[in-house]
Amino acid sequence: MPTTVPAYGKEAAERLASLADVTADDGALRRFLHGLPGVDAVGLQARAATLGTRSIKTTAKAYAIDLAISMIDLTTLEGADTPGKVRALCAKGINPDPTDRTTPRVAAICVYGDMVATAKEALKGSGIHVAAVATAFPSGRAALPVKLADTRDAVAAGADEIDMVIDRGAFLSGRYLEVFEEIRRVKEACVREDGTAAHLKVIFETGELQTYDNVRRASWLAMLAGADFIKTSTGKVAVNATPPVTLVLLEAVRDFRATTGVQVGVKPAGGIRTSKDAIKYLVMVNETLGAEWLSPEWFRFGASSLLNDLLMQRQKLSTGRYSGPDYVTVD
Amino acid sequence: MSDNRLSVLKTYKLFVGGTFPRSESGRVYEVTDAKGQWLANAPLASRKDARDAVVAARKAFGGWSGATAYNRGQILYRVAEMLEGRRDQFIREVADGEGLSRAKATAQVDAAIDRWVWYAGWSDKTAQIAGSANPVAGPYFNLSAPEPTGVVALLAPQASSFLGLVSVIAPAIVTGNTAVVVASEKSPLPALSLAEVLATSDLPGGVVNLLSGRTAEIATPLAAHQDVNAIDLAGADAELATELEKAAAENLKRVLRPQAVDWAADPGTGRLLAFLETKTVWHPMGA
Repeated sequence: MPTTVPAYGKEAAERLASLADVTADDGALRRFLHGLPGVDAVGLQARAATLGTRSIKTTAKAYAIDLAISMIDLTTLEGADTPGKVRALCAKGINPDPTDRTTPRVAAICVYGDMVATAKEALKGSGIHVAAVATAFPSGRAALPVKLADTRDAVAAGADEIDMVIDRGAFLSGRYLEVFEEIRRVKEACVREDGTAAHLKVIFETGELQTYDNVRRASWLAMLAGADFIKTSTGKVAVNATPPVTLVLLEAVRDFRATTGVQVGVKPAGGIRTSKDAIKYLVMVNETLGAEWLSPEWFRFGASSLLNDLLMQRQKLSTGRYSGPDYVTVD
Repeated sequence: MSDNRLSVLKTYKLFVGGTFPRSESGRVYEVTDAKGQWLANAPLASRKDARDAVVAARKAFGGWSGATAYNRGQILYRVAEMLEGRRDQFIREVADGEGLSRAKATAQVDAAIDRWVWYAGWSDKTAQIAGSANPVAGPYFNLSAPEPTGVVALLAPQASSFLGLVSVIAPAIVTGNTAVVVASEKSPLPALSLAEVLATSDLPGGVVNLLSGRTAEIATPLAAHQDVNAIDLAGADAELATELEKAAAENLKRVLRPQAVDWAADPGTGRLLAFLETKTVWHPMGA
């Protein structure tokens, strides 16, 4: 197995260059993606369900809750977002439970591109990243120059991470190279003037990809194109992150590292609302990828209401009394 | 022919959020009649069932407290109609559980149904006796109106398994509260059957949640629960009641202490008014 390098590092580009033959033209890329082993849907669902039955209690639960909080991309992606709301969310991210200062901070605040500057200002000095959704989120239906401008705008405003959506229309009609090029161009657009780059998360919107095989292909496609993170969903469609779909992503990431040595992060997003669900995902990460991925650098939750549930569980563990929604903020 | 039939035993279950789950713990306990003969297995609810019930009750609170008093009254009256239809079943369960003669059990069940009707009528009348128009030194209307307090935990009386049960549930929910009820430990069957009545009478799921099991085990987390607004200790003995009162003080729950009650007597409005908050508004009189 090749030595491991992070997807956002310089060496990763060289490793990907060594796979240039599979991405050389549309035909080669299609042959490669369709040559990936098919997903055993029944087996996958059974495996995800089994991993969800683990009982995590006491100190392990306390650890998992704190870890999950530190992995949250606290998200507000509403048409009605105001600077005030974004600032309130940032304050919450810095200090999730004002009654208990031992509560860890969240990993990032995820907002629309025009709110990046507001969030950046509110988070100054906290070490919390600002993630911006870009490329005509959530539909991805815009011309490439518009998407690139969207991305550059967010990066210029100070975004540390860019969450892009792929063009599902192109993917589903089999124009893989077009999707590949688009991700590559967006990745280039993430580079700042000083040469550093914002991390790129690629959203597949798995609820629209129809099959697990497609999810696996999309995962490989994005990783080949240089994604730093792969992410399930926008949270804007009926079906969002599910354990089986996330397991496909985790397996793809595992296999990609075994092949290339490049380590890529995973972010399930949408529909994860309870601590129990979050802990199930952490179990899945640990069992599929191992403890190396159990950090905010490599695994994130895209969520908003999840944080409140984690805080209530945390209060229950520290006080012994069940908490309630009166003791967390209304977002 | 009827001698050859296999007996169809009933699986009694909890009632949480409008559905009938088994206990999360998978446990059951044996319910016996007054002479110690086995009657049925009842679920032995755990603290997690209590937690789930509170979540269900909280979820139902907005809709139930926001419904018009007239609508709540209609729904509760509907419950009484359904109770009437199942009268024989309740008479049997009360007679078995409390060791009463059929005549005495009938009197209990009839009194319970009548009491339910009586409380149903109170839905649009509490504001008249608990609210007021207050005289103030200014050109304002000053109006105080009763409002439901929220999620109420009810420890049903231990001895009176049906009349007592109805006498604590009906006054709590008629004003718009939602309830988590811990049934009588020794004879929970009438309570679990009441759940079937509630489920078929337009009462929104989660307004009443019924748990059976060890009162002390379920009541302790309920009394300490930060999202429970009030607790009725009717079914707690003196020692347990003291413990629960201490736990309830943590988030300043309203506590209704246990007291000697003759459930057959006229209940008065005490329980009806115990779980209310008063909202006072000032409104300018205009020009």
